[in-house]
Amino acid sequence: MSAHTLLNIDGHLVRVKAGSSVAAALRVAGGMGVARTSVTGQKRAPFCGMGVCQECRVLIDGRRRLACQTVCAEGMRVETTG
Amino acid sequence: MSMEHCDVLIVGAGPAGMAAAVAAAPSGASIVVIDDNPAPGGQIWRDGPGATLPPAARKWRDALERHANIRVRSGTRVVSAPSPNELLLEDAERTTRMQWRKLILCTGARELLLPFPGWTLPGVTGAGGLQALIKAGMPVEGERIVIAGSGPLLLAAAATARAAGAKVLRIAEQASFASVARFGASLARWPGKAAQAVTLADPQYRTSSRIVSAQGATQVESVRLRQGSGSEVEIACDRIACSFGLTPNTQLGQLLGCALTPTGPGAQALAVDALQATSVAGVYAAGECTGFGGSERALAQGTIAGHAAVGNERAAKAHEGERARWNAFAAQLHRSFALAADIKAMPQPDTLVCRCEDVPFSALAGCSGWTDAKLHRRCGMGACQGRVCGDAAQLLFGWTPPVPRPPLSPVRIATLAGLVNDGDTRQ
Repeated sequence: MSAHTLLNIDGHLVRVKAGSSVAAALRVAGGMGVARTSVTGQKRAPFCGMGVCQECRVLIDGRRRLACQTVCAEGMRVETTG
Repeated sequence: MSMEHCDVLIVGAGPAGMAAAVAAAPSGASIVVIDDNPAPGGQIWRDGPGATLPPAARKWRDALERHANIRVRSGTRVVSAPSPNELLLEDAERTTRMQWRKLILCTGARELLLPFPGWTLPGVTGAGGLQALIKAGMPVEGERIVIAGSGPLLLAAAATARAAGAKVLRIAEQASFASVARFGASLARWPGKAAQAVTLADPQYRTSSRIVSAQGATQVESVRLRQGSGSEVEIACDRIACSFGLTPNTQLGQLLGCALTPTGPGAQALAVDALQATSVAGVYAAGECTGFGGSERALAQGTIAGHAAVGNERAAKAHEGERARWNAFAAQLHRSFALAADIKAMPQPDTLVCRCEDVPFSALAGCSGWTDAKLHRRCGMGACQGRVCGDAAQLLFGWTPPVPRPPLSPVRIATLAGLVNDGDTRQ
């Protein structure tokens, strides 16, 4: 297994350590890892880190999933709304 | 939708679930362990590129793998209980109906996350949440981090952050020095814990200190802390990790009809008997969902539940002493880190309580209870289904937490469609 994984976040290539979660990759991509925008337009980033708060939900290969509970895969396409 | 069967279904692959599976395995029963995280270990033994697993975690993982009759299904969550002795499961690819003879709930606990001004800013996380994110590969090297809240988890989070290269500027514990000192002194009864505490001792640790607010335009830039009853201090930082204790995950148990028992002021856990059996026939519970108390207690409870579920009561009873020892530790922990009344003073009128629907504290203050807040203010109507704001409202207003309804977590439309087609007896 390669030591790194290359994925696409909002059109940008991001390289992370193999086995990283998508939540971790959002932070690697820049800023504090904003995943979504709240109903009043505030930027939100991973908060609970363990699948409870739902703040890190993003589109992963077209499916809405939790970034903190999804492991990065080579070529994965992630879209945030932040 | 596929239909599968097993003798023993274990929900949760943390210490309790692992121990339950390993205890039940020699019976030859077919055992399935499901967990919504990518790998077994639970929150405490979470694996990942930023994690260093302790030997105990390796030992239990190896034990799981040694038994051919244990099947672990990671990345799988429970959607509902469509009929007796059956759970509907969803993973990234498919939906499964899993029929069981015995069920062991090891659903763990979540962090009690309380609202304060600025807690929705990117850069604020739970303390356990920060550990989880770091273990999963999130880089924090060079970040200035302030950790606030209550309990030994604050020190554990600080150690994890520091090992990953972060600068931990302050650890603010809301409990008093006297209370923390009493806890420290009591650790002589649990030598392993005392040794652990020594390794976690930290010069930035302050007692009687609580969070006031987080500041920042689009992400955390600073935190204000109150020292005792008087002075406030502002610390420039990049990240704030907070934790005010743990809340047992009782949703699945409640959905199945399991009785609850109070574990502290306003807190509830799944009620179990000496064999870890819940009030529902064939359903057992172990670990933090029966009240939080650490991995050693979870291992003892899980072992008892695993033996009991396959009818080996004698083996189960052999672990009662060990469980009692760690139950006593849990009780000491709860006494020492009980939340002070002024924690309730953290939210300001415009502080959002419900992060999913952006409902401010002022909109909830006049509500008569949870249902009123839900129906008229949309509190708890979002994706987390009240997991975060329900716990907060329970502490802030004393409201009875939301009654769980299926689906237990947001799921795909296709899964819901299957649920309707197959008929949900609990609708």
